Amino acid sequence: MITSRRNFLKNTLSSAIVLITSTAILSQRVLADWSKMAFTAKNTEEALMALFNDSDATVSDKITIVSPEIAENGKVVPVEVKVDLPRVESITLFSEKNPVPLLAQFNFTGGRAKGWIKTRIKMAETGKVIAVVKADSKLYQASREIKVTVGGCGG
Amino acid sequence: MSNETNTRLQAKFNEGVTEVKALIKHPMETGQTKDLETGKLIPAHFIEEIRCEYNDEVVMSAQWGVGISANPYLAFQFEGGKIGDKVKLTWKDNQGQTETTVTEIIPK
Repeated sequence: MITSRRNFLKNTLSSAIVLITSTAILSQRVLADWSKMAFTAKNTEEALMALFNDSDATVSDKITIVSPEIAENGKVVPVEVKVDLPRVESITLFSEKNPVPLLAQFNFTGGRAKGWIKTRIKMAETGKVIAVVKADSKLYQASREIKVTVGGCGG
Repeated sequence: MSNETNTRLQAKFNEGVTEVKALIKHPMETGQTKDLETGKLIPAHFIEEIRCEYNDEVVMSAQWGVGISANPYLAFQFEGGKIGDKVKLTWKDNQGQTETTVTEIIPK
């Protein structure tokens, strides 16, 4: 069957419109996701509930947190998280002793990103840095104690 | 705002993987620090959201709180990428300031 010119135009036009709409929704969604509830949570559990509606993360040795053992300046603590699990969806970082324990959540949409991030965090005092990883729809975690000589949260 | 960018963005390709590094000039104020001269609290000013696109596909999007250090640094990797292709990074802070930076993937 030969598609008429009218139908051809109609079909291409409507798919073009769908494409434009979905791009607009996507960019809006990605930059409007800040979870106030998670960032005002006073502990890791509350924040996890706000983010995942689940706070039960299995301890895993497939997650490695690389950082100095002693941070002289709590304002700038380099942290690297390496995940050796398939289908990593997100990496969420906490510093349990901070006034705002949730530091950041990195989402790997589209499945292209590797389970790896490197950043620099603030630590109020000596305590655990916790990485919670969502992989294949399940939550996993690992933690690392970092000693802080001078705290970096002001106030 | 001046035209000068606050974001330094780099994307390097090696063995099938593109590594993206970003360094952003930003105070990341917690809202809990006192101004030593006035004794008043400095208002919170921090990046809340950041996302990275490769060929219009979002490969990483993050939400940040005040616990990311001033002048944030971020590195991550994604599979694929091609030398010469564009990588775009966009951030937005809690005061509504936003910036988009584009770079070309270069060989490592």
